[in-house]
Amino acid sequence: MSTRIFVPCDTTALSLGANEIAELIQLEAQERKLDVEIIRNGTRGMLWLEPLVEVETEAGRIGYASISPADITSLFDAGLVDGEQTHKTCIGHVESYPYLKKQDRLTFARAGVTDPISIEHYTSLDGFNGLKNAIKADPQHIVDEVKTSGLRGRGGAAFPTGIKWQTVLDTPSEQKYIVCNADEGDSGTFADRLVMECDPFMLIEGMTIAGLAVHATQGYIYLRSEYPVAHKLLNEAIGRAYAAGYLGDNVMGSGKRFDLEVRLGAEAYICGEETSLLDSLEGKRGLVRAKPPLPAIVGLFGKPTVVNNVLSFAAIPFIMSKGGQAYADYGMGRSRGTLPLQLAGNVKQGGLVELGFGISLRELMEDFGGGTLTGKPLKAVQVGGPLGAYMPESQWDTLIDYESFAAVGAVLGHGGVVMFDETVDMGAQARFSMEFCKIESCGKCTPCRIGSTRGVEVIDRIRSGENADMNWDLLEDLCETMIDGSLCAMGGMTPYPVQSVMKFFPEELSAKR
Amino acid sequence: MSLAKDWTQASIQTIIDGLKHKPGAMLPILHAIQDEIGYIPETAVAQIAESLLQTRAEVHGVISFYHHFRTTPPGKHLIQICRAEACQAMGCRSLEQHAKESLGIDYHQTTANREFSLEAVYCLGNCATAPSIRIDDDIHGRVSLDRFDALVSRHRQNMKEVS
Repeated sequence: MSTRIFVPCDTTALSLGANEIAELIQLEAQERKLDVEIIRNGTRGMLWLEPLVEVETEAGRIGYASISPADITSLFDAGLVDGEQTHKTCIGHVESYPYLKKQDRLTFARAGVTDPISIEHYTSLDGFNGLKNAIKADPQHIVDEVKTSGLRGRGGAAFPTGIKWQTVLDTPSEQKYIVCNADEGDSGTFADRLVMECDPFMLIEGMTIAGLAVHATQGYIYLRSEYPVAHKLLNEAIGRAYAAGYLGDNVMGSGKRFDLEVRLGAEAYICGEETSLLDSLEGKRGLVRAKPPLPAIVGLFGKPTVVNNVLSFAAIPFIMSKGGQAYADYGMGRSRGTLPLQLAGNVKQGGLVELGFGISLRELMEDFGGGTLTGKPLKAVQVGGPLGAYMPESQWDTLIDYESFAAVGAVLGHGGVVMFDETVDMGAQARFSMEFCKIESCGKCTPCRIGSTRGVEVIDRIRSGENADMNWDLLEDLCETMIDGSLCAMGGMTPYPVQSVMKFFPEELSAKR
Repeated sequence: MSLAKDWTQASIQTIIDGLKHKPGAMLPILHAIQDEIGYIPETAVAQIAESLLQTRAEVHGVISFYHHFRTTPPGKHLIQICRAEACQAMGCRSLEQHAKESLGIDYHQTTANREFSLEAVYCLGNCATAPSIRIDDDIHGRVSLDRFDALVSRHRQNMKEVS
């Protein structure tokens, strides 16, 4: 029997040369007449260790980290195929590795374990059991189970998913839609990408369950065009799901229909806002709509629509398989379940960390992240993407849950944590927040469209010392106007990072003369 | 691939006709045209407008709204540099400076020999191994200035071998 060797195929592994590694291993094995089967798995989420090659042994899977082409010969010499653990790159038994072992992997239980587009791998590890249960249940029961789980939208707004589904279920219509927001635009976030690249059937299953729950027969995944690998894998997985009867006009023999299609975005950050996303799906400019009406009542093409983030749908198969209560048993307060956090930027051990709510930000950055990659002292952390506040050291003991973050004026958003060392120029970061809004604003409302342009100008004046005090007051006033007057979170939250710099790092905004 | 290809009005119409039945067909059509010929030619605007029963102004409005769509032919390779925060934390500001200087172009420009076009991108989702760039459909992580030069010269080399 051939030895199974795993080489990941997600974007990060590929970006560090995983394809070449897979080819070289194959060639070297042929040359040595060794019987190996190379499986392209997803990543475990320990991204700083990529490419992480694993070999299956009787004692479990043994890992070899950060493999470069120059390592291949010595790896084989050191007994790679037998899982020998003497090579300098060996990290031992992968699932015992502390970074992984300390996590609560509910959503990401299969990530890195399986071949992402193998239905056989998926079903061998609990795949499609949630859908099986959902087919037997009536729609209200599914919605109730989601309510019991306490799941709140993982895209950033944290709205209770069960309540959203209830609204769509209760709104009568011939046609309803399920829309997955896969426009993961926040810098420092990649959990959606990992779901789509490492376990795409889980997203397909979650969306199909949502369709059954609210009587929707058509689903769309709105995927950002910046994710070419996810695009390819999702389409492959959807094709296989159709062929195997998990999608189409007779889902798992139930006689119920659910169709699913991937639609590509086109590099517009604003299309991650749900109403802008719907306009984009309809083939228009991605302009934000005024709410009400809610998309749950008047959504895609004017029909009732469930719009959820990838991670929200991805949590559903677990909830329907193990029960809403099993999910709610994780977490704290009103933040139930697990949150896939993402460590990024200047971090030694960047990657995905799925945990129940309630760990402190500092523990996350130190125990998991291992501090900065450069080794210099950490200075500021931006949590929740480009609209999130920069948090200074005094706030790092904040517990990671929606309410604790809100209490200190920060946002958890989609769970991205971007770390900066002491070399960062916080004034430049504040300026970038306004600049980014200027580039990405949809232009519909004035505070966002004009405010961001004026924001860049005012910050430039402050930084060049031109009427600094007066312009400082003007910037404060502008921030308030944008927060109070903007139609959506883009203009309404762009001031958060700016205000955090004004409050916690004022000398850096004003001192550059 | 971002290599601009030959096209005719008929070839564009074939693409449109294959997709116009879809609900919200505009973006799928624009993507398909750009994937096929590298950009959206001016004449395509009128064809799309007529096929989707919209005005040319509406089609133009959609094209100009999205950063992804371009109305001029790109170079043989499209290089995108991530400018977002996670990459900033790992030095993308000096990387973009270096890219502009070594290629001799700014963002939204193409080298005189039409080898490379340069664009900014706001997050490639490769934030744990920043800074990141994308060349055509390949994403590269931990891109130091040296690694950038090596990637560029590798693409130059490939082009020489092809020609």
